[in-house]
Amino acid sequence: MNFETVIGLEVHVELKTESKIFSSAPAHFGAEPNTNTTVIDLGYPGVLPVLNKRAVEFAMKAAMALNCEVATETKFDRKNYFYPDNPKAYQISQFDQPIGENGWIEIEVDGQKKRIGITRLHLEEDAGKLTHTKDGYSLVDYNRQGTPLVEIVSEPDIRTPEEAYAYLEKLKSIIQYTEVSDCKMEEGSLRCDANISLRPYGQEEFGTKTELKNLNSFNFVRKGLEYEEKRQADVLSSGGVIEQETRRFDEATGKTLLMRVKEGSDDYRYFPEPDLVELYIDDEWKERVRASIPELPDQRKERYMNELGLPAHDAKVLTLTKEMADFFEATVEEGADAKLASNWMMGEVSAYLNAEGKELSEAALTPQSLAAMIKLIEKGTISSKIAKKVFKELVEKGGDPEKIVKEKGLVQISDESELLKFVTEAIDANPQSVEDFKNGKNKAIGFLVGQIMKASKGQANPAVLNKLLMEEIKKR
Amino acid sequence: MSRISEEQVRHVAHLARLAVTDEEVERFTAQLDSIIEFAEQLNELDTENVKPTAHVLDMKNVLREDKSAPGLPREEVLKNAPDHENGQIKVPSIIE
Repeated sequence: MNFETVIGLEVHVELKTESKIFSSAPAHFGAEPNTNTTVIDLGYPGVLPVLNKRAVEFAMKAAMALNCEVATETKFDRKNYFYPDNPKAYQISQFDQPIGENGWIEIEVDGQKKRIGITRLHLEEDAGKLTHTKDGYSLVDYNRQGTPLVEIVSEPDIRTPEEAYAYLEKLKSIIQYTEVSDCKMEEGSLRCDANISLRPYGQEEFGTKTELKNLNSFNFVRKGLEYEEKRQADVLSSGGVIEQETRRFDEATGKTLLMRVKEGSDDYRYFPEPDLVELYIDDEWKERVRASIPELPDQRKERYMNELGLPAHDAKVLTLTKEMADFFEATVEEGADAKLASNWMMGEVSAYLNAEGKELSEAALTPQSLAAMIKLIEKGTISSKIAKKVFKELVEKGGDPEKIVKEKGLVQISDESELLKFVTEAIDANPQSVEDFKNGKNKAIGFLVGQIMKASKGQANPAVLNKLLMEEIKKR
Repeated sequence: MSRISEEQVRHVAHLARLAVTDEEVERFTAQLDSIIEFAEQLNELDTENVKPTAHVLDMKNVLREDKSAPGLPREEVLKNAPDHENGQIKVPSIIE
């Protein structure tokens, strides 16, 4: 039997405010355990939380960028549960009046565009971090407790693991553009849980779903869903039933393993948070926040295609992160050819960052130096091959490309009389190759070009060199 | 007819991590039943056009600026913990 897959994703994003959502403790990742807490985060009796204005504005900004309607009247609720990651035994969250609702983002898979609905975006506090020891204990670090968080719940509109991947990539890109979060999965500032169920094609009613946890990269989300899609299909095809359960993705085997069976819905006994008053967001406030939203990736992509004439692929890759897009634009503004700048960004620059595991801001390269180097290529001062040497210097140590070229003697040799020496030498030294070429072996020319490049330390202008070589061979 | 069952009382007690005896369950069920009955007086009012109350204070938008200050010294934080190790609070493991 053929089944249709139904996937919904829950994404948690930490907001990068300076302080926590309800207290003045610093909300930064990476501090020594339990050094960023106050009595409010620790849930001491008699303390009162006070809402962080910027956290509200960041949540509004994210909601707007995801095309959500932003609530005018909203509030916070208590979600009650006992677990050592939260010393209050309740999490302050939003239940029935989320800050954002009814949004959507557009994804593209295999050239097909599709809208994925966003049910809601709500604001809440993050919990502490548990590390389980081998001898039956858990160690708790409450630094993360109270970090502002938005939970973004998608509609069950996603039909393939590939679409889930595209949704996450787009969501992350949009949120990063708004600069309300770093969205770093490796630091836990973006986390994802996935719900997946199968149903026979044509059936309207959803099948029983399972929830996947421990998905620590977008790639694991896709792999976990692919595994679960197949597992559920196998169970259903052999006449079995899917249990409503939570499953953990195992990175080592690529399988999903049972964590716990869910019996009925969770009973969190939500009620309005008595320690916080209502939140009223008037139109003026909404418009002020809306005005702070920068141009988003899709708009930028269109602009790069229409105004800079870039191919769709380039425009998509360059606009994936704001950091990359801003750098690219600055390079073009410095006078570099757009397509050349794009090639360097997607090629050498990305390769370097991937290899070194660095962010663009950590490299010594600047838009000014990249643009200056590209202009040297355009002018013919250096060849693309030599440019790679210059680039290495620029990205590792920085500096002025023109100076580097001069100091290292990398200027391209375009002067015919100078090049002629190299050409003549190569031809004299390799009569067999000349003979071979004349007999129709085109490969022989490549050998000669290689010899000349080697002799000129890569500085020979390839176009001039080719022309001279042909002329000289004809004379023999 | 009872407004709350013994089963519901046991469930709520479990959610609050309260150990209750059979005798207590019987007593609390009767008491909670009268409390709910008392609250049912509100049903006499027509609340059709009344907005649900989320907070009894007629205040809105109590907010603070996003400014941070150093947190509590870790020694102070750990003082109230039952046990700790390497600056972290140590608790019996509860694997979900």
